[in-house]
Amino acid sequence: MRKKSLFYSLMLHGGILIILFLLQFILPAYHHSSVSKIMILASYAIGYNFLLGYTGLMSLGHAMFFSAGMYSMGLGIYYLDLSPMNGLIFSFLFSILVSMIFGSFALRTSGVSFLIVTLMFGQTFYLSILYFSEFTFGHDGFSLGKYLEPLFIFGKEYLFSDPGIRYNFALLLLLIYVLITTFIMLSPLGRILIAIRENESRTQLLGYNVFYYKFFALVVSGTFSGVAGAMHGLLFSYIGTTFAEIHHSISPLLWTLLGGVGTLMGPLLGTGIMYYLIDFISEITKNYLLIVGLVLILMIIWFPMGIMGTVRKKWFKWLP
Amino acid sequence: MEIAMENKEEGKDTNNSEISITRRSVLGAGAVIAGAGVLGSKLIDPIAKTAHAAGSDNPIKIGFQAHRTGIGTVYGKWYERTTNAAAKYINKIGGIAGRPVEIITEDDGTDPKRGADVVEKMATQHKVDFVYGTLFSHVVMGSAPRAGELKIPYFVVSEGYHVASGKLNRYVFQPCITDVRSQITAVSNWIFGNLGKNVTIIYPDYAFGYDHRDYASAAAEKSGGKIVAKIPIPMTEKSFTRYFAKIPKNTDVIYHVMVGPGVLTFVREMGEFFGSNHPQLFGFIDSLEGVNISSPGLGFLDGSYFWEAMPRYADGYDTGGARFYRNAVGVNASGASKSDAKDVSTYSHMFGCWETLFAIKEAVEKSGYRSKKDYGDLIETFEGINFFNEGIAHPQGPKIFSGKTHQCFGQQFISKVQNGKLNVVHKTTIADGIYEPETDYTKQSL
Repeated sequence: MRKKSLFYSLMLHGGILIILFLLQFILPAYHHSSVSKIMILASYAIGYNFLLGYTGLMSLGHAMFFSAGMYSMGLGIYYLDLSPMNGLIFSFLFSILVSMIFGSFALRTSGVSFLIVTLMFGQTFYLSILYFSEFTFGHDGFSLGKYLEPLFIFGKEYLFSDPGIRYNFALLLLLIYVLITTFIMLSPLGRILIAIRENESRTQLLGYNVFYYKFFALVVSGTFSGVAGAMHGLLFSYIGTTFAEIHHSISPLLWTLLGGVGTLMGPLLGTGIMYYLIDFISEITKNYLLIVGLVLILMIIWFPMGIMGTVRKKWFKWLP
Repeated sequence: MEIAMENKEEGKDTNNSEISITRRSVLGAGAVIAGAGVLGSKLIDPIAKTAHAAGSDNPIKIGFQAHRTGIGTVYGKWYERTTNAAAKYINKIGGIAGRPVEIITEDDGTDPKRGADVVEKMATQHKVDFVYGTLFSHVVMGSAPRAGELKIPYFVVSEGYHVASGKLNRYVFQPCITDVRSQITAVSNWIFGNLGKNVTIIYPDYAFGYDHRDYASAAAEKSGGKIVAKIPIPMTEKSFTRYFAKIPKNTDVIYHVMVGPGVLTFVREMGEFFGSNHPQLFGFIDSLEGVNISSPGLGFLDGSYFWEAMPRYADGYDTGGARFYRNAVGVNASGASKSDAKDVSTYSHMFGCWETLFAIKEAVEKSGYRSKKDYGDLIETFEGINFFNEGIAHPQGPKIFSGKTHQCFGQQFISKVQNGKLNVVHKTTIADGIYEPETDYTKQSL
């Protein structure tokens, strides 16, 4: 059964990723760039979903991870003259560190307390960026473009703002996240995480050290989010506090809920729908947020488990 | 929060082989069809628009990045009205280089993330000639890199120092509103010479406030004044009394630039703290843009002074150009909407939209710009402009424009609150606000 699930899963997700790869050759310029951004944000949402969907821990502070990765990469390049690739590695290590520190405190709580602690950590991080504004460039943020060295691929020079580079880097990140998540979720480790989500006490009773597994999930989730933030900064050239604000913590929650909590492609679908919903409706009316809210309510009524969650429940039980 | 996934099957029979049409399925199908229609129309839209653009009327398209939602809504509303009024008048007098102006507006939510998307959308989907109109500095910072990457001229009306600082790129211009550094430099001599030498600055704890903190300190040194205390207040603060306790007793002048929803509370609590025996007060009208100066609770401000870029009350600056502009935008003599006296304008900022559209018109006509391939000529022509004359196109007053910094310098006003009204007591010269350029965008490649 597991082999069959793995086969179907590979077919579906491989197919989606191939379609995304091919789309870059036919999309008009604006949608080309939009899909690049959606893939980066969806990678962030996949990181979020790793914690919420597979381990059952809801966070309201994930913007901290996203912005920690983004700022460490950006400030590393600005102050330490790091190359873009070294900046990414630096942000990867910094994201792990931030996730471990955060996890060692926050996981001492559970339930609503955990939610509040994540919120407080997120806000503390946001306010710290503002407090150290002489170092972080505060509320305005800064543009990274002129500090980025060009990228050389097969001897040819590219800028990170090149649409093809942007699209394929975003796709590569998404691909890596999908592969890692699939691998973990189909492994015994993933089963234990899901067991914790379903019944933490029973999992503990079976002899598993629940804290360590949750800590692992949180570090993976935080690092995914951090590297997604760094990639966003690298490809879109702007580092700012807007990525550390509370609404940027709520966004991946909404994307995940809409697309399907605990499904691999749900975050991608949810992010894409929300992005284009706002984009399209804001052209039609000034009150687009009201309409987006109403659409979300209807979607939750029709798809209470998210779109992919409902699809899994009704038709494809093998969806990871 | 820990959640448990719902695994129980619903108690309904889902194996019914008969096809039944339910209300939910009809609604669902309708939503899918409507969604597909909207999606299809949006994807096909660029092709249709491109075809239209190749037609004979061929307007100059200007993408207006508006703060319709978010913290910039009040400014955004008036920026939009001013922009539409300016476009209407420009079209009435023959358009730009004989071509009609078409304003395409998109909301950026006063958010840098969305701002960059809007610039992208304007350039690649709406295929505008220029993007324009951004106010909030963090949105400019978030959007400008994308404009530079897309190589599309981006005209901001922000008053931030970010353009002249050299942080942005050659495609970004701020041609018709003086930046904060210049504003402070222009008014500081008057403050230290007329109100007192010892000044305490109270400012919002973010970039806009830091510009005031830093440049007022520099100006104090030059003017023989002294900043005796610098008191930052977080933007989220709701109560201010504890900050007033930090004001030194030897303070002659409180220089305040608070902005945001807490401003009215700030003023009320300052009144309660000091009573009638208070230092001189000098503020930037940014605090009270869109607010009726005679509102209950603002009585404490009577006798205090404010910087204004363009006097809100008509009698403060009664030139032909200013009268024409006020009338065209629909503002009464007190600075409120002609149709709703409670709807107070953001008069010290929104003129920048009007003037910037005329500056674009001037540069397009001088450079012979026809299409995007002429961007280089347009930018170089713009950089060659030194002066904007006062008149209908520039009702706030004449301006010196620096091609190196892409920033203008204009005259400023100081007004006194008297009986719930702002009366102009001093007008600076352009020279008062000029500082040495710190960057030269003309050296950047196009």
